[in-house]
Amino acid sequence: MKPVFMTYTKKDLINLAVCMVLSVLIIPTFIKTEYWYTSILIPWLCLALATIGQQIVMGYTGQLALGAAGFMAAGAFAMFNLILRVPDLGFVGSLIVSGLIAAAFGILFGLPSLKVRGIYLMVATLASQFFIIWMIDKFGWFKNYDSSGIITAQDIVILGKPFTTPLAMYFVCLAVTTILTLLAMNMARGSTGRNWMAVRDMDIAAESMGVSLLRTKVQAFAISAFYCGVAGALFAFCYLKSLEPVAFDIKLSFKILFMCILGGLGTINGAFIGAAFILLFPVLLNAIGNNVFHGAIDATIISSIEQVIFGLLMIIFMIYEPLGMAKLWENLKQSMKSKLSSSGIKGVKSPVFKK
Amino acid sequence: MAYERKFKIGKPILEVNNISLAFGGVKAITNTSFNVLEHEVRAIIGPNGAGKSSMLNCINGIYKPQQGTVSFRGQVVPNITPNIMAQMGLSRTFQNLALFKRMSVLDNILVGRKLHTKTNFLEVALQLPKVKKEEKLNRERSEEIISFLEIEDIKDTPVGKLPYGLQKKVELGRALATDSSIILLDEPMAGMNVEEKRDMCRFILKVNDELGTTMVLIEHDMGVVMDISDRVVVLDYGKVIGDGTPDEIMANQKVIDAYLGVEH
Repeated sequence: MKPVFMTYTKKDLINLAVCMVLSVLIIPTFIKTEYWYTSILIPWLCLALATIGQQIVMGYTGQLALGAAGFMAAGAFAMFNLILRVPDLGFVGSLIVSGLIAAAFGILFGLPSLKVRGIYLMVATLASQFFIIWMIDKFGWFKNYDSSGIITAQDIVILGKPFTTPLAMYFVCLAVTTILTLLAMNMARGSTGRNWMAVRDMDIAAESMGVSLLRTKVQAFAISAFYCGVAGALFAFCYLKSLEPVAFDIKLSFKILFMCILGGLGTINGAFIGAAFILLFPVLLNAIGNNVFHGAIDATIISSIEQVIFGLLMIIFMIYEPLGMAKLWENLKQSMKSKLSSSGIKGVKSPVFKK
Repeated sequence: MAYERKFKIGKPILEVNNISLAFGGVKAITNTSFNVLEHEVRAIIGPNGAGKSSMLNCINGIYKPQQGTVSFRGQVVPNITPNIMAQMGLSRTFQNLALFKRMSVLDNILVGRKLHTKTNFLEVALQLPKVKKEEKLNRERSEEIISFLEIEDIKDTPVGKLPYGLQKKVELGRALATDSSIILLDEPMAGMNVEEKRDMCRFILKVNDELGTTMVLIEHDMGVVMDISDRVVVLDYGKVIGDGTPDEIMANQKVIDAYLGVEH
């Protein structure tokens, strides 16, 4: 008899090992240009982490929330103040506490989800976006009374060692993202995730099974905000290297929402796929503009085209594949498998009743 | 009944006292009382719109009746909510299938194990040994239910993709997974063919027989109702018009009139 319960199958462990080898050994060995770290890999990891937060509340628990960037701002400014005022906490300690502070905001702004749903909840959660940014702007204390508007982020020091090179910062982001991703996967696959999805799919039935709607929704908002808060702190300290409320405006919230939807609602790997796509797509378009058309197309037009294509993709995905790119990837793997099995290669079962 | 029951029918486990429910001006239930005895199979029947589903929703706490109380094991339950009733040991299925459509059959049934899951999200995130132990127990119980219902081959399929009859089975499985002492079944056999109905009856009786679970079911198929239930309560226009054993109900003139219509 096969074991009834294992958190990770062999396939998962292989996937994890491949990702780790790729990100820890291969990328640092072959990619030497700083540009890749400072402009692509670091923001990718940070935004993927925030997208996981968005996934938890939207993809898993089914609560339409818009305001991830607000929680990111809360995390980032909490981090700045903690390092400034409570230096004993250290970088890792501050990171965790900033996440918890963001989580507290998450609980506060998640409460409307008990009364309103759908598009109305989306509007209600927008409050977090505007309130947090307003609060930081309004009270000088949060910015340590800096009048310039942009504060430089402190250097990252972990156990007395500075992490200031792009590669070192990449590793900081990678470590945090990896740990939090694994924790998110454990939750999503365990009883916690089942409660979230039960609330998403049929809340009355979930309640009749003893799942408390209040606890589950508030918990999802809190965990989501924790992830966004940590992501925001990393985003400010490793990517922007500065703190300004404007960086966490509503555009960023929408970006994270797009990453979540294009990547695939209710998937953790979709967060990484979606974030990569939204970050890399403009780079790709620019490269095409420069290399194929040799700059004949104006940069502003390219960025407009980018918006148009994003919009189109959102509509196309919503209609034809609501489960996003993660699902496309899954389908691709399935069709490869069935091709292999139909061409007579043994050992690959045809996926009749598999997900 | 001819055979000896392992679980003898006992005291009232559930009592509905003078319940009245109205939606605006429309009276769905008027001053209705009946009881359910422990370990029995109790059917609620009545023409369409008689208030049967509303009755279950009142018992389960989804609707709040304007008047009347529900007692569980002799105690009046104040502030009934679905959650409180679940914790007291009452589970249910729904008329129009309320499954978690994007989750697999196994996951749906595992949600039914919620009240047997004591670990919190932090412990789950860190996968502490006690989480693994608990999850293993819950999965074993769920697998037991899956093989009992003979749905092993579909356990990893998202329920949204299953045909109606199978979804009804999964919903029964989810209710069973709670290990409740009483299960309310809202039309468990609606839209099924004869064979599926026979299967469903077998499962209901087997659960009642082996686990002693009290079953309350709403059903339209009179043959089925008279076959499997110990006692039947008949509702019409939100009022009880008959309450007794199947034989008594079949001989009840008011019931016959309600079903066949009567000239006034």
